[in-house]
Amino acid sequence: MRENSLTEYELRAVRPEAETEKKTFDLRRSAFVILLAGLAVVALLSIGIGAVEISPLQALAILARQAGVEIPAAFSAQQESVLLYIRLPRVILGLAVGASLAVAGAVLQSLFRNPLADPGLIGVSSGSALAVAAAIVLGEGLSLSFLAFNKPYFLPFAAFFGGLATTMFIYRIGRQKTGANMATMLLAGIAVNAFAVAGIGLMSFLATDAQLRNIMFWNLGSLGGATWNALAVAAPLILVSVFFLLRMARPLNVILLGETEARHLGVNTERLKWQAICLVALAVGASVAAAGAIGFVGLIVPHLLRLTVGADHRFLLRNAAAAGAILVVGADVLARNALAPAEMPIGIITALAGAPFFIWLLLKKNV
Amino acid sequence: MFEAKNISVRIGPKKILDGVSLQLKPGEMVALIGANGAGKSTLLKALCGDVEISEGEIALENRSLKEWDCHHLARRRAVLPQHTDFSFPFTAREVALLGRNPHIRGAESKKDLEIVGNALKLVEAEHLAGRTFPTLSGGERQRVQLARVLAQIWEKPESSNRYLFLDEPTSSLDLAHQHLTLQTARRFAERETAVLMVLHDLNLAAQYADKVLILQKGRVIAFGAPKEIFVSEMIRDVFGVEAFVTRRPENGDLPLIIPVGKRAGVENGAGIENFY
Repeated sequence: MRENSLTEYELRAVRPEAETEKKTFDLRRSAFVILLAGLAVVALLSIGIGAVEISPLQALAILARQAGVEIPAAFSAQQESVLLYIRLPRVILGLAVGASLAVAGAVLQSLFRNPLADPGLIGVSSGSALAVAAAIVLGEGLSLSFLAFNKPYFLPFAAFFGGLATTMFIYRIGRQKTGANMATMLLAGIAVNAFAVAGIGLMSFLATDAQLRNIMFWNLGSLGGATWNALAVAAPLILVSVFFLLRMARPLNVILLGETEARHLGVNTERLKWQAICLVALAVGASVAAAGAIGFVGLIVPHLLRLTVGADHRFLLRNAAAAGAILVVGADVLARNALAPAEMPIGIITALAGAPFFIWLLLKKNV
Repeated sequence: MFEAKNISVRIGPKKILDGVSLQLKPGEMVALIGANGAGKSTLLKALCGDVEISEGEIALENRSLKEWDCHHLARRRAVLPQHTDFSFPFTAREVALLGRNPHIRGAESKKDLEIVGNALKLVEAEHLAGRTFPTLSGGERQRVQLARVLAQIWEKPESSNRYLFLDEPTSSLDLAHQHLTLQTARRFAERETAVLMVLHDLNLAAQYADKVLILQKGRVIAFGAPKEIFVSEMIRDVFGVEAFVTRRPENGDLPLIIPVGKRAGVENGAGIENFY
């Protein structure tokens, strides 16, 4: 026995990477920059397009004046208030919601090692939707004074805690002596989702026409409720939980090998699962509370990125945040303008565009 | 040192393992042998802490296995699973780099990449480094996984030994790579690593293991040097197969096992009349 380390063997430098590898490596690193550029374009479009048009230069001038700097570009008072009180909070909410849904979807797919996982699966979306439907239909019957007083906050409140409670319930079902069983959670999620759909159906049946419309809008999502007040509640929750989810990249990479293997590689899998599920529930709960249940973002964005820039979470998660934001802000531009002056629920756009695209992706992958 | 004392594992009323004891010393290669369902994989899982033991104790470096946290354990002990289901588009190098996880804080260092490169070289998989893992063949995947666990315990930790557990490491490998894998394990053993491996091939066990542990119905029925363990009576008793055992003086008098294939006491083809 000469030495205790194997490093004496072949300490020559690692062979230079193959051509193809180098290419994907570069793409992975530059993808985030490309996505951020795309995000800036979409955000400017969203700010600019609508009943009142605002050019990027005007937008800049309006924002600069807020900061006390004058930029020589003419804008009207109407443009100023539309930008500051309608478009800007709306774009920021779209960014936050898109980022949270896509990151949450990516994390859940890896945690469950199931490509079909999305925030709906652990009950956040369906729990929120049911709580909102119940609150819309039954809440009006309850003439509690604090409800009437806090009406703007009541539905987001119901959505947030409905989603959180459902997720915790599903987690408890999946939890066994040996730890949280992901397969059981998956099945429990399906059962709870079916229950929630039935519950929403029942509420819709009981609802008046106005309530029905309200339920539908909530189920399909809309950024129409974006105000600085709504943002002040949702954005910090989303920002903090997405930040911590992004920091889980390395253990999430390891858990792709399997839970047992991850434990053998020093990952505390029980803690990771618990933390990740809590953070996802927080992020998605907050975004559903602010914008309703916007489907497909959490499913399609991570898939698209895995196929194009790889599955390494250190790149995947931040790319998903940017791409999810692009998708939601972009879909919102369409939702506002396609049938103007009427406004479509944004979930219709994401599903209409997302589903065929997803199928195309699957077909292409099989070739 | 790794020590299991009198461990039993129950699944329902059935005892899968019954009072198994075993010691694993640095520098030693121990092979677990037994028929299908004898409890080899369960024993390995129990020793890794993956299944709960109903009786007995397992200690690593004189400390109960339960008291180790998984991070510190991972810096000393690596486990190669029998099969890994990994369908995500990671390159082979990225998969092997996952083995460095217990050593990495923040981003991986140049040294980690170097170790991964060397580990891939050691298992003759360096040419696969840039390939996407799911596109590799079964044997190539197994070698990349081996590189991953080798990278995990590449350096000897301070004030501790290394432990390498391999569950059927040669199951999908060609002849040359079967030997390469066990020679690699041997090289680690020579550097004070304790190696425990589940093997099916008796000749590989005879050639590479210092000690062989034979399991039957969850009990240890023999534990010793291959020379003493591998005799035709034992092979008939454990596997129900007649075998010649000869010695190879040119290779340290190691036993060479040639199974004849006829099952003792059972007519060849019994039951074939019911087979259409």
